[in-house]
Amino acid sequence: MSATSTQPKNPARRRFLQDAARGTAGCAVAGMTLAWFVQDARALPDRAIRPPGALPEDDFLAACIRCGLCVRDCPYDTLVLAELGVDGAATGTPFFTARDVPCEMCEDIPCVAACPTGALDKELTDIDDSRMGLAVLIDQENCLNALGLRCDVCYRVCPVIDEAITLERRHNERSGHHAIFMPVVHSDHCTGCGKCEKSCVLPGEAAIKVLPIRVAQADQAEHYKRSWEENTPLVDEIIDLPDRLPGTGTDNLVAPGGFEPSFKLPKGATTGGVGQ
Amino acid sequence: MSDNATLPVGAEAVRDKGYWLAYRFLILRRLSQAFFLSLFLLGPWFGIWWVKGNLSGSLTFDILPLTDPFIALQGIVAGHWPEMTALIGALIVGAVYALIGGRLYCSWVCPINPVTDAASWLHRKLDLPKGWQPKRGTKYFMLAMVLGVSVVTGTVAWEFVNPISMLHRGLIFGAGFAWALVIGVFLFDLVLARRGWCGHLCPVGAFYGLLGNKSLLRVTAQKRAACDDCMDCFAVCPEMQVITPALRGKEADTPLILSPDCTNCGRCIDVCAVDVFHFTHRFDETPAPGRVRDRTNPAPKVGKAA
Repeated sequence: MSATSTQPKNPARRRFLQDAARGTAGCAVAGMTLAWFVQDARALPDRAIRPPGALPEDDFLAACIRCGLCVRDCPYDTLVLAELGVDGAATGTPFFTARDVPCEMCEDIPCVAACPTGALDKELTDIDDSRMGLAVLIDQENCLNALGLRCDVCYRVCPVIDEAITLERRHNERSGHHAIFMPVVHSDHCTGCGKCEKSCVLPGEAAIKVLPIRVAQADQAEHYKRSWEENTPLVDEIIDLPDRLPGTGTDNLVAPGGFEPSFKLPKGATTGGVGQ
Repeated sequence: MSDNATLPVGAEAVRDKGYWLAYRFLILRRLSQAFFLSLFLLGPWFGIWWVKGNLSGSLTFDILPLTDPFIALQGIVAGHWPEMTALIGALIVGAVYALIGGRLYCSWVCPINPVTDAASWLHRKLDLPKGWQPKRGTKYFMLAMVLGVSVVTGTVAWEFVNPISMLHRGLIFGAGFAWALVIGVFLFDLVLARRGWCGHLCPVGAFYGLLGNKSLLRVTAQKRAACDDCMDCFAVCPEMQVITPALRGKEADTPLILSPDCTNCGRCIDVCAVDVFHFTHRFDETPAPGRVRDRTNPAPKVGKAA
């Protein structure tokens, strides 16, 4: 064996393997960079509300091709496509900012009808069933109603008035003889359209805001029973516990009845106990 | 190499054929690119909603859905089976490009093409070094990488960075900082790698190339016997390696440019003063004699230079 032994037997094969290895390594680096960027860019800011019928965010980013047809068919110019570096949502995906232009809850839901991929789910046929987000009375120190005034604007503009937002009368502790009409949002009816946030009369930020449901709502603890909502007792049938009867009883250490203590009480203890 | 090789690229064609024939396909391509872009801009600019959406997905005359098949494919591997509208749109677009010419998209429709063409033009004017030249196969690795990342992250992954859709969507819906990516592609092609983006890296181009692997529309070097080695076609071709087998082929070799890398841009037809090239279909079997070479002065090995 001489110098030829250092030469590859099959140069073409060696070159192919080298190229493949380099390509794979390069792709792995590029792929990890892209994946990292995607992970970073997919975080949806809390103020960006997806259109009605939008799939959960993880599924949405697999389904939305960012064509903007929902934006085009929105008659109120509510929806916009996110711009790179300007809006926080993934570039080119549709969202709206409730404080700017809320969803008008069109009955024919044109944005959902326009979506070619099903990123906006066509199962949504009644706009009242949409759950774009959930309104939260987030600043109870500056809300005029919470201060005891009668603003009521969020309640009045709500498309699902008296169901999604109700006014609950409370005693005004500050004045002592007035009422506070507190706006209260009910998640089983709030669609997250954002009309309340849009029309909040406070300058700048609204006291009531639409937040994504993942932010606004806690998980219901499974182990706490709401007995007033569901008539499911903890145990299936009545358990017959031992009755505590008057007189000598099992817990009467001073005068135990039918109970043989494992120790011998000192003389006199039986007549002059603690409880006597 | 002939004396013509020292002339500026295309000068000979302008002299012999006139300005129109020497720039015909370049002008037509720019018009085509402007046409497809303006279709989308008619709505937002003039309120004429013939076409809604963008290159990723659109609706024409409220009836014809079109979807980018590469984006649809990413969505499918990411785990979302699209609704029929998007599927039909992707099938239409896919079928058209598969039939006519895959990378026809790159040179006649893609909005990034004028950007990389401008970079290439400036590159030639400034006589810059060609820089990093990744292997031609790199774009297929990129394609595989994009699909892989789509699977892993469950997203349409390339759309997070795709300069094509960012530029196109940016012009129609508002760009934000997307122009930075476009400048990035321009500078990459100008400074780092001549003709680097479209031909070597872009996974969209790779996808359309594969899609149109057997497409009909082809450029042929049928009159290759007339070639005078001015090298202008190699200078203007964005995928110059595709020319060699057809132009330098022997009698038995096909004069058709069958490589899926060819974008059917037609610039080689423009700049050739002796009209070696023309458009035809892949089943064209017109005889194309190879060049008769002077044995005492053999043609230089241009394949390597390309």
